[in-house]
Amino acid sequence: MIISFLIKGLDRRTAICMLVLLLICAAVPLSNAYLPVGHPFRIPTDEMLQFGKYGSYALLAVSLDLVWGYCGILSLGHGAFFALGGYAMGMYLMRQIGARGVYANPILPDFMVFLNWKALPVTWYGFNWFGYAMVMVLLVPGLLAFVFGWFAFRSRVTGVYLSIITQAMTYALLLAFFRNDMGFGGNNGLTDFKDILGYNIQADSTRRGLFVATMLMLCLGLWVASGIVNSKLGKVLIAIRDAESRTRFIGYRVAEYKTVIFTISACMAGVAGALYVPQVLIINPSEFSPGNSIEAVIWVAVGGRGTLIGAIVGAVAVNWGKTWFTGQFPEFWLFALGALFVAGPLLLPKGIVGSISDMLAKKKSSQMYASLPATSEAVEDGASPTVE
Amino acid sequence: MDIAANSILYLDGVAVSFDGYKALRGLSLVIEPGEMRAIIGPNGAGKTTMMDIITGKTRPDEGEVLFEGSTDLTKLDEATIAEMGIGRKFQKPTVFESHTVRDNLVLSLKDNRSPFATLFHSSTEEQDARIDELLTTIKLTHRAYDLARNLSHGQKQWLEIGMLLAQEPKLLLVDEPVAGMTDAETMETAALLREINKTKSVVVVEHDMAFVRELGVKVTVLHEGAVLAEGPIDYVANDPKVIEVYLGR
Ligand SMILES: Nc1ncnc2c1ncn2[C@@H]1O[C@H](COP(=O)(O)OP(=O)(O)OP(=O)(O)O)[C@@H](O)[C@H]1O
Ligand SMILES: [Mg+2]
Repeated sequence: MIISFLIKGLDRRTAICMLVLLLICAAVPLSNAYLPVGHPFRIPTDEMLQFGKYGSYALLAVSLDLVWGYCGILSLGHGAFFALGGYAMGMYLMRQIGARGVYANPILPDFMVFLNWKALPVTWYGFNWFGYAMVMVLLVPGLLAFVFGWFAFRSRVTGVYLSIITQAMTYALLLAFFRNDMGFGGNNGLTDFKDILGYNIQADSTRRGLFVATMLMLCLGLWVASGIVNSKLGKVLIAIRDAESRTRFIGYRVAEYKTVIFTISACMAGVAGALYVPQVLIINPSEFSPGNSIEAVIWVAVGGRGTLIGAIVGAVAVNWGKTWFTGQFPEFWLFALGALFVAGPLLLPKGIVGSISDMLAKKKSSQMYASLPATSEAVEDGASPTVE
Repeated sequence: MDIAANSILYLDGVAVSFDGYKALRGLSLVIEPGEMRAIIGPNGAGKTTMMDIITGKTRPDEGEVLFEGSTDLTKLDEATIAEMGIGRKFQKPTVFESHTVRDNLVLSLKDNRSPFATLFHSSTEEQDARIDELLTTIKLTHRAYDLARNLSHGQKQWLEIGMLLAQEPKLLLVDEPVAGMTDAETMETAALLREINKTKSVVVVEHDMAFVRELGVKVTVLHEGAVLAEGPIDYVANDPKVIEVYLGR
């Protein structure tokens, strides 16, 4: 069952994309580790980190494309699931610091000592175990998405209203995480991480490991997403996107489908956040800010919604552009992003990948017609309904 | 009560209003198992609203709606009603435009509708054969792998009828199936519906009189949300009340 699901996920396009990702996954750390410093093909550590970060963004974009591109749910709050996954990872990293913090408390993270707390809050129990933290990376965003979806989709909130409440959700979390008494570090968030799974988190070798982990998870995420999209469930999602009430009258419980895909997508976004945090070494409430979620939507739109691969292309392209642009003209990045959001859909309504695959499809079909003009016409004629 | 028990569809005194406008005012209708019924009536008579109520899209303010004599449809949602065996074709043809013709039928085929089942679904040979059969019935075999959005208007209407058949409903509600069709297509659609009626009950809403005549079944005339006349087409067509509604204004 699972096997046939995964085989279906490996269509040609996905397979090629996964191959490219795996090549990058191998080549970048190898060049970083074995080529001498200053070699033209050596990828410096900070650049590798940069691309590792884009990798986690790409996974977030894939998760967003699953709900928006395939099911028509424009979530403007996916950053929240990303941030929650990030916090779960951050909490694990916090507890790994142990007695090496400024206050040298073996159990309590520094900010709790600073706030004069005497005991670890229940929410932090278990986070000293990596396995537990990883379960939480999936569970917390998944549960939130499930509860949110259950209420929103059952009461048939759609379109703009749904987008607004997803935005409200991430904003509410932003405010909540700012508060010190929430117990997640307030506006400073979680930082000063020391090691992960016993390895020094700042060491080049660890960073190579994180890069590999990110790329592998991105591959896996793409694979699972592609399996979903190519299954009959994926067809139902597209049906919901195109004609929701028709889908309902055929007998599909639309709310169930939306809740399922929203939850899966949120789990994926959580994983992306968990990969992001050990690379940037900090997580704070600003990750919940509504702007982040909107940016993720732009990545998907630029890359091409409903293509999965477009989400990856868009996330990398926009963020790479952002890094370059903020280096060159720091004041203008926001304007550039705004312009991209307006001009992108106008110039390339289907995004980069969507437009390319349209072009290829056109070329193919015109070749087909060129070689078979007579037959295709004959079929057309013979088939038009005639009176019996 | 006997009438209700022996019917496939039973509406009694159904009323509904939208913001004070009474779209249906005491509509009563009985369809017997295996029957085909044509419903005509001027624009705004409430024909589509009636279908909305039967399929669970709209809740009536008052009145009874029973399926197979016992199931109260006013309490159920669209998906449940569809699964029980009521299929519906919309007034404006709605097919899944970005799916192929074949996938439109695959999605409609009677099968387990839960997300888990669809995630791990793989088509059986029987299902594939059934789809080939349906494609032949609706004469779209040669377009099976084309996107539904590239079909002509008439072909979309037929595809939607095919999707309806794929669900294997006991009762089909068909809203204006020949709108926008050529005369030849219209007559063919009538033949197709008569064929379908051999095994299923059918309710057809249509304006096209030639088509209704071609069906040759009992006709119900709706006007201002209630039944105005009922009987064979020649009988209702000569009813002075009906003539007035259609021509009098
Ligand atoms: N959801 C709704 N909200 C408000 N008014 C509605 C709604 N649905 C139907 N109506 C009104 O109820 C009346 C009956 O509409 P209905 O669509 O049932 O007519 P119809 O007999 O199908 O007409 P047509 O032949 O034009 O399809 C119309 O005046 C319509 O404007
Ligand atoms: Mg109507």
